[in-house]
Amino acid sequence: MKNKITHYCNIKNGKISLNGKLVFENQDEPTFLKFIKSAYKTLKIDYPKFYKMDPLCKLSLVASTILLDSMESIDSEMALLLCNRSSCIDIDKEHQSSISYENGGYASPATFVYTLPNIALGEISIKYKLKSENSFFIFENFNPKFMIDYSESLINLGKSKSVLCGWLEVNQDEYNAFVFIVEPKEGEELSVEKLNKLL
Amino acid sequence: MEELKKELKEKIIDALNLDDMSIGDIKDSDFLFGDGLGLDSIDALELIVILDKDYGIKLTDPKEGKKIFESIETMAQYISEHRTK
Repeated sequence: MKNKITHYCNIKNGKISLNGKLVFENQDEPTFLKFIKSAYKTLKIDYPKFYKMDPLCKLSLVASTILLDSMESIDSEMALLLCNRSSCIDIDKEHQSSISYENGGYASPATFVYTLPNIALGEISIKYKLKSENSFFIFENFNPKFMIDYSESLINLGKSKSVLCGWLEVNQDEYNAFVFIVEPKEGEELSVEKLNKLL
Repeated sequence: MEELKKELKEKIIDALNLDDMSIGDIKDSDFLFGDGLGLDSIDALELIVILDKDYGIKLTDPKEGKKIFESIETMAQYISEHRTK
């Protein structure tokens, strides 16, 4: 059976949708952090560590939770393939500021631990007890061909039966998350055109 | 001492991003780790930085930390006895 897109979730412009249907909207919050916190609370995502996370992890956690909680079952060997453009730039800047001479040169451990984008993979894996292949790539722009080739390769080589793919971009108050599941089941066509359309 | 306890609660809420908490939610005798506030090992490092940066106290013996960071009460007591700024 061909690989398809079986579930997908979008977060952008103050809206969150699951498989194309709106599940949350809040246009009143002036910042990304306030918006994502309001979504976390309203959607009753119970994960206290959320508050300590950097913006990229918060976006990743909310998007993947909405997606994975909508599925009947989750394979513990589901692979993760995440990408974005800005890495974890917001927390990097915060860390840089915290170690500056003006601030006394003290690094904040709670900030430092989030200064790698692949921490987002770890947070999702811990929450859903995934013990699987995972990778985070940085691209100039959304790269659907790479995501298709990589996810199909993981499935075809028997590394996993399904892949959670995601474009998770956040830079200050600009954000766009698109996460989707690729697996050999009934679903939407897995193609560059389709992914570009769903982004 | 009461002012120091209040100050510590504010610093902990701010440094550890305990967004949904206010100083009224933390009792002086609450355990900071485990069943109390549920802080973790990274938070412990953050508390060590607070001690150094804000009160001029450098912890050299890790075993000391367990007693010092038991609660706001024990932290305030230790800081008041050892602070250099």
